[in-house]
Amino acid sequence: MDLIQNFPFVSILLCLAGGVLLSVLKARQARYVCFGLLSVITTLSVFTFIDAMNRKESYVYSMGHFPAPWGNEIRIGILEAGMAVFFCVILLLSLVGGLYKIVEEIEESKQNLYWTMISLLMSSMLALIYTNDLFTAYVFVEINTIGAASLIMIRENGHSIVATTKYMIMSLVGSGMLLLSISMLYDLTGHLLMSHMKEAIVDMAKTGAYEVPLTVIIALICVGIAIKSALFPFHTWLPEAYGYATASSSAILSSLVSKSYIFLLMKVFYRVIGLDVMIEHKTNHILFWFAIAGMMMGSLNAIKEHDIRRMIAYSSIAQIGYIYMGIGLGSEAGMIASVFHILSHSASKALLFISSAGLSSVSGDSKEFRDLKGAGIRNKIAGVGFLVGAFSMVGIPLFAGFISKVYFAGATLLATPVQMGVGLLALALSTILNAVYFMRTVILLYTPNRQKILVDFQNGMAFISSIGGFVILNFILGFGSYYMITLIERGLACFA
Amino acid sequence: MSKKNDNYESTFWYRLKYWVNGEEETVLEEESERHEAHLKRVAIEDRVYRAFSEIPDDGEEQEAHYRALKKELYELSEKYKTWPEKQGVKIFDRFYRIFAVILCIGIIGILLVTVSYLPQFGSANNPNNNEVSKRYIEKGLEETGATNIVTGMILDYRAFDTLGESHVLFISACSVLILIRVDKKRMEDMTQEELDEIRGEELYEKNQDIILQKVAFFLVPIIMLFGIYIILNGHLSPGGGFPGGAIIGASFILYLNAFGYEKTRKFFTYKTFSVISIGSLLCYALAKGYSFYMGANHLDSGIPLGTPGAIFSGGLILLLNICVGLVVACTMYAFYSLFRRGGM
Repeated sequence: MDLIQNFPFVSILLCLAGGVLLSVLKARQARYVCFGLLSVITTLSVFTFIDAMNRKESYVYSMGHFPAPWGNEIRIGILEAGMAVFFCVILLLSLVGGLYKIVEEIEESKQNLYWTMISLLMSSMLALIYTNDLFTAYVFVEINTIGAASLIMIRENGHSIVATTKYMIMSLVGSGMLLLSISMLYDLTGHLLMSHMKEAIVDMAKTGAYEVPLTVIIALICVGIAIKSALFPFHTWLPEAYGYATASSSAILSSLVSKSYIFLLMKVFYRVIGLDVMIEHKTNHILFWFAIAGMMMGSLNAIKEHDIRRMIAYSSIAQIGYIYMGIGLGSEAGMIASVFHILSHSASKALLFISSAGLSSVSGDSKEFRDLKGAGIRNKIAGVGFLVGAFSMVGIPLFAGFISKVYFAGATLLATPVQMGVGLLALALSTILNAVYFMRTVILLYTPNRQKILVDFQNGMAFISSIGGFVILNFILGFGSYYMITLIERGLACFA
Repeated sequence: MSKKNDNYESTFWYRLKYWVNGEEETVLEEESERHEAHLKRVAIEDRVYRAFSEIPDDGEEQEAHYRALKKELYELSEKYKTWPEKQGVKIFDRFYRIFAVILCIGIIGILLVTVSYLPQFGSANNPNNNEVSKRYIEKGLEETGATNIVTGMILDYRAFDTLGESHVLFISACSVLILIRVDKKRMEDMTQEELDEIRGEELYEKNQDIILQKVAFFLVPIIMLFGIYIILNGHLSPGGGFPGGAIIGASFILYLNAFGYEKTRKFFTYKTFSVISIGSLLCYALAKGYSFYMGANHLDSGIPLGTPGAIFSGGLILLLNICVGLVVACTMYAFYSLFRRGGM
């Protein structure tokens, strides 16, 4: 076995142990160590990704002396390794961009715990990406939930405590459903390893045994993950959680945490239940309709908002709707579009959150639109960042969001007539709605304000480089989309 | 040239322009509110005028009638204004509760029905009586060296899950620390009374109940010994790190309640908590990391399994049990202390 094959395991373990160690360091030391740790993990992930690209097949890595059905194992392929690299990069950029806000908004004696949470959250996301065992996934879902809640809570004001309470209750309901479904699935199949579970389920679907429990299990998994990733009717926790956390936390939560759950759902689709069985149970149709509703309602709610952060949060609901729509189409084209949208949405949404923090800083720390007039002129870097993010979300050509919309449209054309009609209509309508609130915000940001506002704020190098990194990432996704899509196709081929 | 529209301000395009500009929206809303208020006032005045014209012009009586009418109108408008907050929320709340109960009962019903479709409990040809559990039962002792198969399973076969699980404990302790540890910011927000309460508790503690102290004097060592026994014997008999740690944590809590913070701090402070829990978690991660690495690369780890049944047997399991036990004990005590006074 090559040395590189150990890297995913090493990065998970490093994040876990590093997170524990960070909790005893002083705020400043903890910050440096955490950034060092994340850089090391990014490097390791890049090596893993390059290695995975050179292989034709994905490979398994057993955790311990005992092979798969008895011990735990992780599985590494192109898609997993690519996601890991992408998550690391987004995490680093979000933290760098919101660093001054973290220092400013979090009590100094508790900042080390923030870095602890970041590190443990990263390890849980890596584990969710790589794991090939459904129960391991559940254990790390727990870490993920608690870590994410702490990231919202650590700002310690009334709003964030209320938001955390909402998030915690909703998210734990989701975890509970996931746990119920896993235990029932174990009862039916006798395995916790994904590939063995799938074999048993395929047999079951052939003979028609345990039809009722299997339907309930699929429903529980889908609803559980839908709650955690804020699909439309279960989105009520989201606007406050994203609206009142510190900027980096919002960026991480919206672009990584919810995506890691969606990635888990895809894994369940491909590796546990199997796409055919899912389609047989009409799961796809249900997800599709909820996704369409989410695309509309998210945008409509965003139009009503007066608060820039809450507006971006509502826009997340619409974008999560897009991703579920791709999954709901139940075809390979839909899945490819969804995976690409996970990437493009992560890159643009984190950029929007980080730059909105910069815009607020030059407007008297206010997030209200009435105070943000002309903020794009006062803080040019943040303004450009917001512009790029907004263009990408609306789907202006050359930006990442446009490509995902094109692929979504292409995927709907291959679906059934009803899905095609509704999907295309929803795409068109939601693009217009996106344009309404994003363009309005952009126009507002670049309307000169007649009142003079005293600005006592300078963009730090960290902020500028973070915005720059995000903008470059957006253009890479936009221009290099063909290459990305080929990679995703290859990844999905060896994903199942 | 187009005609000038006098009523331009109420046209759609004017509103759209303001809406696009964003900030003036609220001004417009205010204006429309003012307009509505004006209309209402006109309507009220109209009614009052009509009422006046009906009754004969008669000094005081007219005044009284006018006042009564005004009051009535005022109450009516207040009632409509406050209806959503007073009555509306109540009605919504009631519907919400009824709906929630119906939903819960529905889900419970579905799950119960599902359970009846699951394989019968304890039946020999159930799907989960397969090669996985067979190997755990038949070869567990031989492969892990642990007489207690459950411990062998969670700390050797599926040790990665348990590694995650012990970090769940740690991360929850950290988030409780974030939520309720009294820091500088929190101190500034506190009233004098609350501060006194925290300080006063320590003064008050000295005259604790004598019965509690005597009982704790005898019980605490026994409970602690029992906890240690359960941890150390985890691979031989039912028990292990999680239950043993909980028992030791309980003995700490009893000690704290009987003798107060002053005495407990002599051997257990925040620093002790962090050193012990972090040390044991790192030790766990290191030991298991070594074992995972060796296992995955098909190398011999060189850890002897020992004679089954002896205290030093089962490879790493004893060490891991001690680590888990320490983490659990510290977390239990930390939770109690944090919830009680926001510190240790």
